[in-house]
Formats: sequence, structure tokens, C-alpha cells
Amino acid sequence: MTPASAARAAIEAVWRIESPRLIAALARMVGDVGLAEELAQDAFVAALEQWPADGVPDRPGAWLMQAAKRRAIDQLRRAERLRLKQQVVGRDAEAAEELAAADFEAALTEEIGDSLLRLVFTACHPVLAPEARVALTLRLLCGLTTDEIARAFLVPVATMAQRIVRAKLTLAEARVAFEVPAGPDLAPRLGAVLAVVYLVFNEGYAASAGEEWMRPELVNDALRLGRMLAELAPAEPEVHGLVALMELHSSRMTARVGAGGEAVLLLDQDRARWDRLLIRRGLAALERAEALKGPLGLYSLQAAIAACHARARRPEDTDWARIAALYDALAQVSPSPVVELNRAVAVGMAFGPAAGLELVDRLAGEPALRAYPHLPAARADLLARLGRRPEAVAELERAARLSHNGRERALLQKRAAALQD
Amino acid sequence: MRFMIFIQPNLPPSTEDNLIPSRDAIETMSRYNRQLREAGVLLEVNGLHSPNEAVRISFTGGKPQVVDGPFAETKEMVGGYWIIDVKSKAEAIEWAKRCPVDPEGAIIEVRQIFEISDFPPELQEAVWLG
Repeated sequence: MTPASAARAAIEAVWRIESPRLIAALARMVGDVGLAEELAQDAFVAALEQWPADGVPDRPGAWLMQAAKRRAIDQLRRAERLRLKQQVVGRDAEAAEELAAADFEAALTEEIGDSLLRLVFTACHPVLAPEARVALTLRLLCGLTTDEIARAFLVPVATMAQRIVRAKLTLAEARVAFEVPAGPDLAPRLGAVLAVVYLVFNEGYAASAGEEWMRPELVNDALRLGRMLAELAPAEPEVHGLVALMELHSSRMTARVGAGGEAVLLLDQDRARWDRLLIRRGLAALERAEALKGPLGLYSLQAAIAACHARARRPEDTDWARIAALYDALAQVSPSPVVELNRAVAVGMAFGPAAGLELVDRLAGEPALRAYPHLPAARADLLARLGRRPEAVAELERAARLSHNGRERALLQKRAAALQD
Repeated sequence: MRFMIFIQPNLPPSTEDNLIPSRDAIETMSRYNRQLREAGVLLEVNGLHSPNEAVRISFTGGKPQVVDGPFAETKEMVGGYWIIDVKSKAEAIEWAKRCPVDPEGAIIEVRQIFEISDFPPELQEAVWLG
């Protein structure tokens, strides 16, 4: 690495570490996430100009905060002068005074956890469309650049840039307060936050588009967000449930890709390749979720199912009856045809293929599953175990036609070919 | 990418058997650890008992020889370690620079942890045999 590129890498690393805290602390002061991000960006540009020549300062976070503070005060004073001319002394004037007096160092250290949590809730606010929440969260909380987010979601950079600009505008126009929701708002708003994190995770873990089976960068970003939330909102069982689910699923990352890049299904995976550190962390997070009061929620139940797999050293050791029962509970909390399908598969494993097929066949007319490749794929498996091979082959071919992922399609075709031998 | 960060705190040689860090030192380190957790990068952290209790096993001609501490040279002895999950080596270095250590003489070492993809394909099978 040349000195220049090393300096550049160091500055990018500082940005990744400092930008969430910087933006959160600034947003708390100026009350506007979009403005806070601009101020942070400006400070970062100043760093890019100065640091390669002078070296990275000993306390880069404080340096960036000082630079952002100067800009924030300038901006608010300009706004104040304008308001005074118009004989309107508004909230901005007060904010400028407060800002001038504020101890930024304290803001960066004392209240930062709370500010970060506010930033998460704001980025995932329901006034925003789901894809805007995802983009803003990755941008503000993970320090990703617009280019990186665009690449991750396979959309043009200009589209992603516009999505982010519009999201910030929407927040400002709707006058979304920079706060942590309380009372009856908290549960649905937390649900929205967790949904964003899980969406990022899933897009990385089971890519819905493109030719690659997984995109590990997104998995890592989601894990980082989840682990962050577990620290910021430790009393929320579903936060730990989601972390557990993601840790346990990602423990299988290397095992679910074959040497040629092809997908390897859970029961065919070499379990020696499962990451023990992530399993341990996942089981610990699940324990934390279970230790908090209340019935298990959507994510904790799914994590409990993943834990059944993680605990089984060999596929035949899997406690399928428990998995079927957990899917039953999941169907109560969050009824959906996909959950019913998974329950049917678990029942098929626990109590035989005929029992499973009976449940799967009940889903045949389900409109939500009409284009869902896992329905014919699951049916094929049960039919094959019942010795009804030609029907199983036909179902696998149907599943392959429905799949949008190249790797998944190849796997389904391979299974169909194997049954015809 | 996972990194292990070792701290060599540069403790002065001490005759005490088991040094327990002061409340101040513990709180300072806890604040740092909280920062790592709030950033979602901390996987594990552990502090190690005093170097005086360390045992060294040295090998000569294939023979292990056990030597009990304390040792005269404590400067390079590890006092604790973190495992962090970050985007790049540069990020690991930046986190390490933020560690609150003795301002004179402490050393922190940053080492990347092997991942399966770091091995050539023909060795990957062998890695998992254990």
C-alpha cells in the first residue's frame, strides 16, 4: 500500500467509526438529520484535504466534531440573521445559542448511546418508504457511501443518491422529531427498525436478485447494525432475538456455498464448517431474549428454530418435533403461508413425508405462494421420499422456472436431474 | 474481517501475585468496550491475569520445559485481547488506536484472524478436518 492510499484507507476507516456518532450528536443539536449529515460530510471533506498532508490527528473524532461544530454555528447564525431581518426570532436562534454553548465532547461521549438510538428510529421512520429506510440506515448508521449502497442493491448510483436525498427531504418536511418513540408507539416503531435490519440481512443472505447466492457485505452490515441495537436497546427481547437469528444463520455462511459457488442446502452442509464463535454468540443472544419477560416474538421464535439446527451435530440429530412446535407458535404470532409451508416441512421430517405432504397440499391454492419456488421444491422433496419420483421431478422443474436467483435455479435443476438417474 | 487485538500494557515488574486493576482503570476500559459494542464491532473481549502467574513452556529438541513466572522481562507480555469484526484492516487499526492504554510504552498488536477463504481451495478441506 502506498502512503497516500494508506492515508486514504485510514480516513475512510475513521469515517466508518466516527460518522454515526458524529451525525447522531449533530442531529440531536440541530434537530435535522439531513442537515446533520451535511455538516458531518463537510467536516469529512475538510479532513480529506488536511489529513493526508498533516497526518490523522490523535483524536480524529474530536477533530471532526470541532470542524462540524464551526460549520453548524456559522449556518445557524446565518439563519438567525435572516430571521431577525424578518422580525421572526425562531427556534433556530435559540438553537444557535445552545449550540455555541454546547459541550460537544460531552455530546460525543455521555449521551451518545441515546443519540444513536434516536438516529436509528429516525432513519427507519414510517413516513419513509421501506427502501428509503434501508438506504438511510446503511448510510447514517453503517457509514456506507452512496456508491456502496447502490452496488449492494444493484441499482444505479444516481437512483440511490436520489432516494437518499428524497428521504432526508421527507423527514424534514414531515418535521419528524429526532427522538426515541415512547408509549404505545414504541412497539410498532421498533418493529419497523428490526424489519429494516432483517431486510438488509436477507438481501445479503439469500440474494433475491443477481447470480450470486449471497452477498456477505450486506450480511456483515446487518450483523453490525443488530449488535449495535443490542447494546443501545438491551431491554428489548426481539432485538436479541433478531441478533440471535442473524448470528445463527450467518454461522452457516461458508457451509452453504460449494467449491464451485453453488448453493448447498442446510441438511447437506458440512457442519464442521459452521462457525462456532457465531453459534455461541447466537445461542447467548437467544438466551438473553428468552430471559426477558413476555412470550417469544417473531424473531426470537425463528432464532429458536435456527438454534435447533445449530445444536444438532448431525442432521439426523435435529429435533424436528420441537421445530414443528416452534413453527406452530410462529404461525400464531405471525401467520403467513410461508410459515405454514415451513411448518409442513418440519412436520414431514418429524412425523413422516405423508403427514408433511398433507399440510403442503393444503397450501396449493394459496395465491401468495403461486410464484414461490420453495413450495414446489418442498413438495418435490416429500414426493421423492414417498417414492413418487416423476411427480417430484415435475415439481423441481417448476420450482426452477419460478426462481429468480441463478445459483438457486442451478441447484433445483441438479436435484431434478439426480432424481431422473 | 475479524481481527484479534492484543494489548501489551507495559506493566512495571511487580512482586504481587495477582494484580487487580484499579476501579479507575476498569471504568476507563469499560467505556472503550462500550464504544466497541455500540459500534457493533465487538465479538469478544477478555483480560488476562497478572504476568507473574504466567507459565512458559519452552521446547528444546522436542522436549517441553515448564518455567513458572514471574519473568524479568514483562514488557512484551499480553494483558488482554479483543476480537472485533470490521470492514478493513484500516478500521481495526483505528479502533486499536483508540484503546486507553499507558501513554508511555504500551504496545497494541493487530492480527487478522484466518477465514476459510484465506486458504487455497486444496487446503480448505484440510482446515475443516479438525
